[in-house]
Amino acid sequence: MSMHEGIVPEEHEAGTYDIVSAVRNYLIGFVLAAALTVGSFWVASSTGLVYQPGIPMALAAFAIAQMGVHLAFFLHITTGPDNINNVLALAFGVLIVGIVIVGSLWIMYHLNANMGVPGELMDLHMQP
Amino acid sequence: MMGKLTLSAIPYNIPIVMGAVAGMIIAAVTVLGLVTYFRLWGYLWKNWLTSVDHKKIGVMYIILALVMLLRGFADALMMRSQQALASNGGAGYLPPEHFDQVFTAHGVIMIFFMAMPFIVGLMNFVVPLQLGARDVAFPYINNMAFWLTVVGALLINISLAIGNFARTGWLAYPPLSELHYSPGVGVDYYLWALQIAGVGTLMGGVNFITTILKMRAPGMTMMKMPIFCWTALCANILIVASFPILTATLGMLALDRYLGMHFFTNSGGGNPMMYINLIWTWGHPEVYILILPCFGVFSEVIATFSRKPLFGYKSMVYATACITVLAFVVWLHHFFTMGSGANVNAFFGIATMVIAIPTGAKIFNWLFTMFRGQVEFSVPVLWTIGFMVTFTIGGMTGVLMAVPPADFVLHNSLFLIAHFHNVIIGGVVFGCMAGMNYWFPKAFGFKLDERLGKASFWCWIVGFYIAFMPLYALGMMGMTRRMDRVDNPVWHVYLIVAAGGALIIAAGIGLQILQIVYSIWKRVELRDLTGDPWNARTLEWATSSPPADYNFARTPDGSSIDAYWEAKRKGTAHPNPAASYRPIHMPSNTGTGIIVSGFAMAMGFALVWHIWWLAVASFAAIPVLIINHSFNENRSFYVPGDVVARTEAAASR
Amino acid sequence: MTVQSQVVGDDLLLHDLEEEAHHDDGSMTTLGFWIYLMSDCILFSAIFATFAVLHNNTAGGPDAKSLFSLPYAAVETGCLLLSSLTYGMAMLAMQRDAKAQVVRWLGVTLLLGAGFMTLEIHEFMDLIAQGAGPDRSAFLSSFFTLVGTHGLHVLSGMVWMVVLITHVLRRGLTPENRTRLMCLSLFWHFLDIVWIGVFTLVYLSGVAA
Repeated sequence: MSMHEGIVPEEHEAGTYDIVSAVRNYLIGFVLAAALTVGSFWVASSTGLVYQPGIPMALAAFAIAQMGVHLAFFLHITTGPDNINNVLALAFGVLIVGIVIVGSLWIMYHLNANMGVPGELMDLHMQP
Repeated sequence: MMGKLTLSAIPYNIPIVMGAVAGMIIAAVTVLGLVTYFRLWGYLWKNWLTSVDHKKIGVMYIILALVMLLRGFADALMMRSQQALASNGGAGYLPPEHFDQVFTAHGVIMIFFMAMPFIVGLMNFVVPLQLGARDVAFPYINNMAFWLTVVGALLINISLAIGNFARTGWLAYPPLSELHYSPGVGVDYYLWALQIAGVGTLMGGVNFITTILKMRAPGMTMMKMPIFCWTALCANILIVASFPILTATLGMLALDRYLGMHFFTNSGGGNPMMYINLIWTWGHPEVYILILPCFGVFSEVIATFSRKPLFGYKSMVYATACITVLAFVVWLHHFFTMGSGANVNAFFGIATMVIAIPTGAKIFNWLFTMFRGQVEFSVPVLWTIGFMVTFTIGGMTGVLMAVPPADFVLHNSLFLIAHFHNVIIGGVVFGCMAGMNYWFPKAFGFKLDERLGKASFWCWIVGFYIAFMPLYALGMMGMTRRMDRVDNPVWHVYLIVAAGGALIIAAGIGLQILQIVYSIWKRVELRDLTGDPWNARTLEWATSSPPADYNFARTPDGSSIDAYWEAKRKGTAHPNPAASYRPIHMPSNTGTGIIVSGFAMAMGFALVWHIWWLAVASFAAIPVLIINHSFNENRSFYVPGDVVARTEAAASR
Repeated sequence: MTVQSQVVGDDLLLHDLEEEAHHDDGSMTTLGFWIYLMSDCILFSAIFATFAVLHNNTAGGPDAKSLFSLPYAAVETGCLLLSSLTYGMAMLAMQRDAKAQVVRWLGVTLLLGAGFMTLEIHEFMDLIAQGAGPDRSAFLSSFFTLVGTHGLHVLSGMVWMVVLITHVLRRGLTPENRTRLMCLSLFWHFLDIVWIGVFTLVYLSGVAA
């Protein structure tokens, strides 16, 4: 079955295909993802146990780790030679996502800081 | 039942609009009448409208672009004449609310429905041929992408006759474009035209990236691809990466207008500046989407007509790739004056200047390609040289405005208008014209007339300088853009000169149409039977003109950069046509694309006029049709070997 | 039908093409679909950026802390995460050519998706009933748009799943249907990844702030 070479590595040859390890692979991914989810919910809901200013960082770390788990165990992004196009596309996509989000926040933060007109004040100035 | 739509939506009382509408209706009725009279509907439907052949889709894109060029240019003439008439105490002939629609329509049409279809059309026609491929990766999606673009163009033209168009400028900045300040249907036409066409553009982008990555001829590694394919790849990467941002941004503006949300309103905590930030995150890559393929065209043209390989192929590829990434980190230079402060402005100003470096490298590559070549001053070469001079000037004024303090003076002035017309006309329009003259014989089997082509070029370039150089001066003197009248007599004479320049460009466009008509008339004399009229270098010239549906009877070899040149040199370019051929697997035509687009059109129109039942019904019809198509099993067929043999024999006669 | 390279000139006549192939062995479709997913990802990034910029602009209305309940979001998250696993099981069944199991696992995934959508629609209706609808403030506009866009994707994934179940029942696990299942798999897992961003940025950060 050479059809979907690229994204799912288990699909190489019908003969060499190992059902038990494939299921185990998915289950490992699921357990890891679930653990990371529980972790991030715990960080967000526990009051006082975690250093407060560190919470956003911790949440971001959990989220990025979980995205990595999903990519590796569910989407089977590996770095084999067949996957080069997919990985490059993903890398470029992540780069643009980063530029759009970080760039927008940076620009808008400085804008709000410099112009000194937060949304609430703007309401008063410029109804409706 | 009909939402907001009533008979009063038709602007009977405005003679200019009604004249234009009458002209459009007469033209449409004439074309439809001729098609009916000559009983061409079946032929058109089977061979063109439902075609999944990338060559025909490419030709249809370019026809759309040329038609919309006329519409957009009519707007330009109106603006130039209005400003010339209304700058010395006069009132001109366009009231402000009409003038505002004219400049908005001009910008939207020229970018989205003239430049984009022209570029996409060239890529459609050329890329698979250059790759030595039989078709694109997703032929059916290609057809649908084209028709969705047509729907956008149609919606804009309908807005002329029914209702009105946006009065907001081509990017529809809020809060002006919000419901409170633009309560009419103009902005809604804008939104749905661009959303529907944008989906088509995105589909085309996915299609072409996949085609280029997966369908190259054997031996053609990435670094042996013709440079036009490289620039097409980068442009399509930019499409796929930036058009979703446009979709999201316009979607949020639509939510503000339709569901009373508060993304970009002044009230409710909205932030109009976020729209400006997001729209330029799309908008800057967009200009590189337009210019990169033109760089590719110039590279092909200059190498062919200098009879030399392109100088610095690798540096050209790297420069293109650099521009692709840098295109995403310069968007703030469109709004330096918004107030983000020194650090942010400095970063984006420097990034903007950096992007001039790879672009400059390209200019040198073209110059060195010509250096010691046997340059033949054909029409495409004239456009290329005109581009190099004009684009360099435009690039320099761009770098000037990349300096934030200078931009505070020049922002929104006519200097800016002169700058971006300098690069868009000098780069994109000249590139499209060079490409059309260069590949026309491949598409139709006969060349375009040289004399008329040269006359058109000279009118364009002279007209361009006369029309836009005064605008630089006016910008320096403080005239801002988008003014329907000014009362500074000093500016009057500049505006008169600029209007004269626009008339010379009009002559250039007229000569261009004449060139096409005359060449069709003289097609026997201009016939090219070789398939290679320019003694060119890349694979598209290795097949007959026009190419058979399947492009290549046998998959060509792509293992050197100028693959066809190499084959000609070795004497292996044209293997014996009498030999037997294998059957060729080809995709079948489908009407799904055009029918789906018809419903998209109904949906867009219904949304503009709040005809909810029609919007819901036509929206529901689209997935039903697409799902229905997924059950279609007859998507491809084989061209039998003996049919290929007969076709090839006929072509090589 | 791989085309051999290094064919030059007249050898072209002799080389071992089985046919002059037009296309796709499925890898092209999956690559194209993956590229589309990247563009979808960027679409979401624009909405995420807007939410991040506007999330404090409550215009005097309710904020995240007073509106969202973490246990509720946790149940939604659980539905989606579990559905990623069950879709994975459907893919494994596909590789074993077990048509009935493919359909069964797809059905389970569909139910989990439906559960997620029910929860989300219920949450939306509840918020609107409280007067915290999308027209209340920029914060709520961006909340409804971000979560709603994700929801619309899930919904279209579900429609697609129904269509694919029909395809598989009608024609079996043909190469074409395998490619389609593969693409939907990418889509479904991708939506789960987007949801990680949603629950982290919208619910967890909102309640923790």
